Amino acid sequence: MQKIERIHFMSKPDRLLPVRQFVRSLARSQGCCEENLEHMVMAINEACMNVIQHAYHGAEDGEIVIEFWKQGDELLIRIIDYADAVELNSIKSRKLDEVRPGGLGVHLINKVMDSVEYTNVEGERGNVLEMRKTLSNKQSCEVSN
Amino acid sequence: MKFALNTHKKYTVLELSGEIDLNESPIARKEILKVINQGKNLLVDLSGVEYIDSSGVASLVEGFQTARANRLLFALYGVSPSAMQVLQISRLDSVFTIYNSLDDVE
Repeated sequence: MQKIERIHFMSKPDRLLPVRQFVRSLARSQGCCEENLEHMVMAINEACMNVIQHAYHGAEDGEIVIEFWKQGDELLIRIIDYADAVELNSIKSRKLDEVRPGGLGVHLINKVMDSVEYTNVEGERGNVLEMRKTLSNKQSCEVSN
Repeated sequence: MKFALNTHKKYTVLELSGEIDLNESPIARKEILKVINQGKNLLVDLSGVEYIDSSGVASLVEGFQTARANRLLFALYGVSPSAMQVLQISRLDSVFTIYNSLDDVE
C-alpha cells in the first residue's frame, strides 16, 4: 500500500469546498470513474462535516488530516482528527423512516463506500475513520464511462 | 451557492444553484423558512444544484415539515441528477413532492 497524498486543514465549513475540489482532482488522476469519484467526494465531505460538527462541536481551530493510500485498484482514505475520542457506539444514522432534519451523514457514507471503520484509543485524544473504495469497478462504472 | 426568488400567483419559486454544503446550507435554510413563514407555497428549483450534502438536505426536510405544519405546499422542482442521487440514497425521493415541470404544478 502506497501513500499518495496527505492534506490537512482547519475545521471550518468553508474548507469543505476546496477539499471536494482536491478529492475530485486526485481521484481523476488515479483513474477513478465519475460515479465512484462522486461517491468518494460525498463520503469524505460527510465525514469531515461530522468531524466539524460532532468531534470539534463547531470549533474552527481543530485540525483535520486526510491521507490517501492506494493499493491496486483500491483507494484507502483515512480521516484523522485530534478531538476528544468519540464514543464509537454513538456513530450511527437515524432511521430513514423517521423523516427529520439531520442524521443522514453516516448513512450516506456507509451506502457509497466499500468499507467503513472508525477507531480511537479510549482515554486518548483523536479519532480515525478508514474508508475504502474501488476506483473503477465495472459494475458501478458502466453507466458513467 | 446562489439563490433567486420568483413570485407566481399561487406559489414562490426558490431557485438554488451551485454547491450546497455545510457552509452554504444555513443560507438555503433561511430563505426556505422565510418564504414559508410568510404563508406562501414554496417550490424549490434544484435544477442548477451541482452538489448537495446532508446539511443541505436537512434544510429541505425542515422546509417540508414546516410547510406541512402550516398546510402549505412544499415541493421540489427540476431536481438535478446529483441532488436526486442524494435524495434516493436517503430515501427522501419518495417523501418530497417532486415536479419535473412547472406545468405539472398548475
